[in-house]
Amino acid sequence: MTKLAFYGIDAIHLKEREEVLPGRLIVIEGTDGVGRTTQLQLLRPWLESSGYAVVDTEMTRSVLAGPGLKQAKEGHTLGPITLNLFYATDFVDRFESQILPALRAGFIVLTDRYIYSLIARAVVRGADPQWIRSIYGLALKPDAIFYLKIGIEDLIPRVLQRGGFDYWESGMDMRLGADLFESFVNYQTRLLEQFNSMSESYGFQVIDASLPIELIAEQLKQRVLPLLPQG
Amino acid sequence: METYGTHVYPGRLFVVEGVDGSGKSTQIALLRQWLISEGYAVFFSEWNSSPLVKKTTSKGKKKQLLTPTTFSLIHATDFADRTEHDIIPPLKAGAIVLADRYIYTAFARDVARNVDRRWVRELYRFAVKPTMAFYYRVPLEVSLNRILTGRTELKYYEAGMDLGLSNDPQESFKLFQERIVSEYEAMIDEFGLTVMDATLPIPEQQRRMRKLIRPYLQGVRRIRSSAKESAWAGLAREMRPSHSEIVGR
Repeated sequence: MTKLAFYGIDAIHLKEREEVLPGRLIVIEGTDGVGRTTQLQLLRPWLESSGYAVVDTEMTRSVLAGPGLKQAKEGHTLGPITLNLFYATDFVDRFESQILPALRAGFIVLTDRYIYSLIARAVVRGADPQWIRSIYGLALKPDAIFYLKIGIEDLIPRVLQRGGFDYWESGMDMRLGADLFESFVNYQTRLLEQFNSMSESYGFQVIDASLPIELIAEQLKQRVLPLLPQG
Repeated sequence: METYGTHVYPGRLFVVEGVDGSGKSTQIALLRQWLISEGYAVFFSEWNSSPLVKKTTSKGKKKQLLTPTTFSLIHATDFADRTEHDIIPPLKAGAIVLADRYIYTAFARDVARNVDRRWVRELYRFAVKPTMAFYYRVPLEVSLNRILTGRTELKYYEAGMDLGLSNDPQESFKLFQERIVSEYEAMIDEFGLTVMDATLPIPEQQRRMRKLIRPYLQGVRRIRSSAKESAWAGLAREMRPSHSEIVGR
């Protein structure tokens, strides 16, 4: 059962409607290239083979705002506040039309990133922290937040292996360095600082992302198991 | 990030608010013409007009994908784009920005849709506080009459059909507008809106608006001399040979 607990104002009025959410909300957080997707791809079939119904969701996949947001990111007129709010629209659309219905129906919801990445990115882009937090205050507190923690030195080889530095993952909209690499290092360092500072206040369960994939997957399974409904 | 009330810019921001059919757009159009003729650099920005967000909003409306919360967020995104492009840069440059509808429209409509009052105010905290915000107050019968006569169809969200107040679009629209008006009334003191009597003749309303605005124009740089002054200057120029005539010789 996911409790009706929020970080801020319950703007969707879930309490007023006395919603019952028999599902589980499980979040995997971590920066770009840290291996979240890989872990989710291992977690999902394991849960399904144990008989659980699973739904997954990730950023920019909302029906409403996903395509518009992707298109806006390809242009050159997207300002930081607009970017933040476009992501918030995408998040809330997924929250209301994917996450909540699945929780009501008793599904295990696996989300690749949640509000924490969105808050971290916004704050790094100069957003007022109180402002961005209050917007996402409507989000449910998850049943568990697994934070794949990595240092910048360990992140770089992974990103290289994956094919190099992406424009947005390098924060090139802010031009934090002379080239992609320099900007990547500066941007990701700032992001990691934000994640680390959120870790305690939001109750992240920290997992060392520099470990081998199989070991991380094993740790995740062990920690997910007690969260699952029996039977 | 600057927040509401903390921005300090050399320009001025005047906004008009009110329900559909209050005549606010007519008033701001007249004001715009006057300010231009007075020689000011004037920029105009309209509610729900960001080219970046347009497709998403119209898709949401057409396919009825919007909940009160996402309706609120997509309009805030649209407004953010206009703030970052059409409002802040001209204000920094010392221009006069006129806005037909502003954050108070969102506060009225979203709260009428049951979005939490405090949450939506936080959402718009990035907005620049206007120099003056005019609220065109009109009795509901008058605005409804202006809007509903000659209109065959009301759009789904426009009529507030998503609220389930009534199955009849006209009836739903009336109930929705009633809620919006009561939100506007409550915001007069909260945000210091300047109330205008929208039942007065159009020229009289405009005369009052200009009178209220004039003191705030002090110190705003003009990019041209006013139309009146340039008429005199033009006359003076005709009295003596022009620069091109001298060069031409």
